[in-house]
Amino acid sequence: MKAVILGCGRVGSMLANLLSGQKWEVAVVDANPDSFTGLDETFSGHQVSGRITDEEALREAGLDSADLVVVLTSDDIANLMAAQLVRQRFGREKVLVRVRDPIKAGAYRDLGLQTICPSEIELGMILKELGLPSEKK
Amino acid sequence: MYIIIIGANKIGYNLAKALVAETHEVLLIERNRSKYNILAKEMGEAVFHGDGCEVGCLKYVGASRADLLIAVTGRDEQNLVSCQLAKLLFCVPKTLAVINDPKNEELFKSLGVDLTINITTHISTLIGHRLNIDILIPLLTFKNLEIVQAEIYESSPAVNRQVKDLGLPPNSLLIAAIRNGEAILLKGDSMILVQDTVIAMTTRETESELRKIL
Repeated sequence: MKAVILGCGRVGSMLANLLSGQKWEVAVVDANPDSFTGLDETFSGHQVSGRITDEEALREAGLDSADLVVVLTSDDIANLMAAQLVRQRFGREKVLVRVRDPIKAGAYRDLGLQTICPSEIELGMILKELGLPSEKK
Repeated sequence: MYIIIIGANKIGYNLAKALVAETHEVLLIERNRSKYNILAKEMGEAVFHGDGCEVGCLKYVGASRADLLIAVTGRDEQNLVSCQLAKLLFCVPKTLAVINDPKNEELFKSLGVDLTINITTHISTLIGHRLNIDILIPLLTFKNLEIVQAEIYESSPAVNRQVKDLGLPPNSLLIAAIRNGEAILLKGDSMILVQDTVIAMTTRETESELRKIL
């Protein structure tokens, strides 16, 4: 199985290390090559320095044949464009995209993107810890 | 009409002024506080400090009653998301995005932006015209294939020659010529004329060879 991870920050590098350890073929893309220092020494995947919204960089990372794409930079706007580019241009189906803003996460979920919203997740954990319902009354 | 413009750069600012002069209701949104402060002195309430990619901001400025939203920032991502949010959440009937990277044009159209202006291509073409430089402008890329556009000037070696005699590199194909506003499909015996706009298919490897021929 092949995964391409766009954004090699904390979560991106952890996921890359994990999948690489589980024998996935992994490629990471990040505009800042310094971010690749978060990868393990044993990481065997492909590292591409480039913008995640740049088709060339994505092609170099092997998006044409990726089974899974996870978009994880801290920039919602770039993530949203990259995720749509990946679906539209490369026809990838399994695309997970981090969107910090819950309103945008909801709007693009309605459009069919699989958005992951850290704010919603944090809120859910806090409410669960407090034993409060997560729905408004 | 109520027109929202995102991005108070030179394009946004001048466009806003022109549209105000046409007696449209215009709101120019600028994210940068110091830029906003300078403009607010001149334009008063026609300029608003906020982020045009934020739903809260669009809601505050009454995007749901806007007839048109124009996104002209220097970042394509922002222009795309502003237009999409305007359509999705505020049902703005028409959106227009300026495109900085020419490769994004088709993508933006397929993602629901109504109108796109490919400024980089426009300016490159204009410069090419002025200097009589032949350049290939990428219109579409698919894997290593490219669809490109080339303007034919008097200095072009292809002028008044038939397509089959041009010695096109392998994997290259001249598809059509736009001549006097009409598109003509090109065949082997078609003639290339001055002022044609030629649409060609090529690969990344043979692009520079094709450029020399045209």
